[in-house]
Amino acid sequence: MSKPRVAIFDFACCEGCQLQIVNLEEEILDLIGAVDVVEWREAMAETSEEYDIAIIEGSITRPEDEDRIRTIRSRAKILIAIGACATIGGINKLKNNFDLDEVRNCVYGEAGQMEHLETGQTKAVDEVVKVDYKVHGCPMTGSEFAYVVRCLLMGKTPEIPDYPVCVECKMKENVCRWEYGEICIGPITRAGCGAKCPSAGFRCFGCRGYVDNPNVEAAKEVMDKYGLTVDDLRSKLVLFGSKQRPTYE
Amino acid sequence: MSNMEKNVADVNINVKHLTRVEGHGNIVVNSTKGRVEKVEWQVPEAPRFFEAMVRGRHFDDIQTIVSRICGICSISHSLVATKAVENAMGLEVSEQTDMLRLLMHYSEQLQSHVLHVGYLVAPDLFGAPSVVPLVGKAPDAVKTIIRAHRVANQWSELLAGRITHPITLIPGGMAMIPKEAQLLELAETLKATVRDLLTIVDVVLSVAANLPAFERPTEYVSLKQDNPPTYTFYHGDIASTDGHVVPVDQWESVANEHVVAQSTAKWAKWHRQSYAVGALARFNNNAPLLSPLGKAVADKFGLKQGACNPFMNNVAQLAEAAHVVEAALELIDTLLTRGLKPEKVTVQPRAGRGSAAVEAPRGILFHTYEFDSNGDCVAANLCIPTNQNHANIQLDFEKFVPEFIGNGEDALRLGLQMLVRSYDPCISCSTHMLNVEFVK
Repeated sequence: MSKPRVAIFDFACCEGCQLQIVNLEEEILDLIGAVDVVEWREAMAETSEEYDIAIIEGSITRPEDEDRIRTIRSRAKILIAIGACATIGGINKLKNNFDLDEVRNCVYGEAGQMEHLETGQTKAVDEVVKVDYKVHGCPMTGSEFAYVVRCLLMGKTPEIPDYPVCVECKMKENVCRWEYGEICIGPITRAGCGAKCPSAGFRCFGCRGYVDNPNVEAAKEVMDKYGLTVDDLRSKLVLFGSKQRPTYE
Repeated sequence: MSNMEKNVADVNINVKHLTRVEGHGNIVVNSTKGRVEKVEWQVPEAPRFFEAMVRGRHFDDIQTIVSRICGICSISHSLVATKAVENAMGLEVSEQTDMLRLLMHYSEQLQSHVLHVGYLVAPDLFGAPSVVPLVGKAPDAVKTIIRAHRVANQWSELLAGRITHPITLIPGGMAMIPKEAQLLELAETLKATVRDLLTIVDVVLSVAANLPAFERPTEYVSLKQDNPPTYTFYHGDIASTDGHVVPVDQWESVANEHVVAQSTAKWAKWHRQSYAVGALARFNNNAPLLSPLGKAVADKFGLKQGACNPFMNNVAQLAEAAHVVEAALELIDTLLTRGLKPEKVTVQPRAGRGSAAVEAPRGILFHTYEFDSNGDCVAANLCIPTNQNHANIQLDFEKFVPEFIGNGEDALRLGLQMLVRSYDPCISCSTHMLNVEFVK
């Protein structure tokens, strides 16, 4: 069997998830040996229009980018979204809370209405095309990415956690961030990160997106217990949770 | 010119989405009968509007948001934001916090410089399209580069909580501090990394003749710290090789983002038509303060203060890679001698405006924020290194094209691509867009 051809593409993002592929360090040599990387602009000069697996980083923010992602989808057998910008829209979705014309003027002043500064609502990739697999996180975790790629190469379906960060945080025996008076959104955020942030003394800010069925009632109980309001919670949810929407069917 | 018109073939270069750089940039050159008609460095990156997005967010979320401007320099963005917030809130951090943050910042310089020189620049010098074919040709060299990169990342993870997008920085202090045993282990690892860095230096030195001989004097701008005199990435004032020094909170008078008559582009300029930031700028302002090993690396390549070949930015990065390892070893020594202790941070938000600067690996980086009395952000202004370099790249192009057009289109295209790469651009970072039109 010939090696699957893999192409990596980026849209609006910080390119930090591509960096996590580079950050696999020695392990990347094994992965590169198992596939045929045909396009990866940040690391290679080559380009290609023929590939089996497309790996997508970044959010879709402009009409021209919607066309581009549709073309990529039509060429790829499998499409993997990597990182919060691609899987849930990520930090880029903060923009959707503002009037877009006003946003352009805020950053660029009088020049803000120039044509090349056109911007649309930020969308996750699956709001535009079908996504086969998601590697969550901001940035994604390199080992989880390697796991998903290995599963695909072996014809297996990767298992991505659908339980909250609190499960992993408790296993690490961390003191709950709520006890420190912080608003931590671990109770409704998808695990799989190993509760890295609370383990480093920092509240969860939800970069892996919500679990499929967040237990809103339990979250409300937690808010009541610590004497906080829904507005307090909302101000933290907004970072990575701005208008997360149902996925493309 | 009449000879050239006869002999020089027409040139039509159109590089859409330059590869092996962070972000999206285009190169366009047209020349007919030796007459250069068009030379453009274009940036079509999707703008992301961070300055608008931070409005309404609480002061303790700012560093988490703006870290996402750039994956490669996320530590620099988080650090400068945290410093600017502290400046606005009137917070002083402890010496321990200051030293731990500086140690974190050094790790990013090493990580980014090794990534840039090893993965993005070296393929050009070896005539390869990427680092992948080099794995077969020079496996030991590639593995040495990977090892140094991994060490830098593990170093970042120890101080920042993870490799990319720090989670230990909070206004007023640190959410987590390393254990003394971990710092001791880091020191041992860094000592062993010196040998790997010198190997990388020798590998690059063996192909350094492939760096084009091209010079264009310009103004170099970076941080400069006199008290105590330090090759600084983190403290000090804004200085230029034209002899000017201003405090960091006046950065807007340095960047002077402006629209030029023949262009819709916003360019940065201080005392000349453009200025340059990055490792070469830091070197040109601070070279005598490099560590002994940093100086030795610069000497190997004949890099001297006052250099104005933009391709030597790659060499300045190598000198800095050696420098930060030596500086970090000293810093770890000081931290361990003093002993690490947990510190409690409480912040009372107040209304105010604060600015800060740090040196990102690719150049000086400015953030300014304004907060209301609840500590909610009402305005922000960010100025990113690559933005400050765009006009300088354009002016380099305008001198480079006539000088190198005689070598043919392919060589010219490669030369221009290498020229952009030498600036180590981080185009995703550029919150302001550039669209340069230049017709001779």
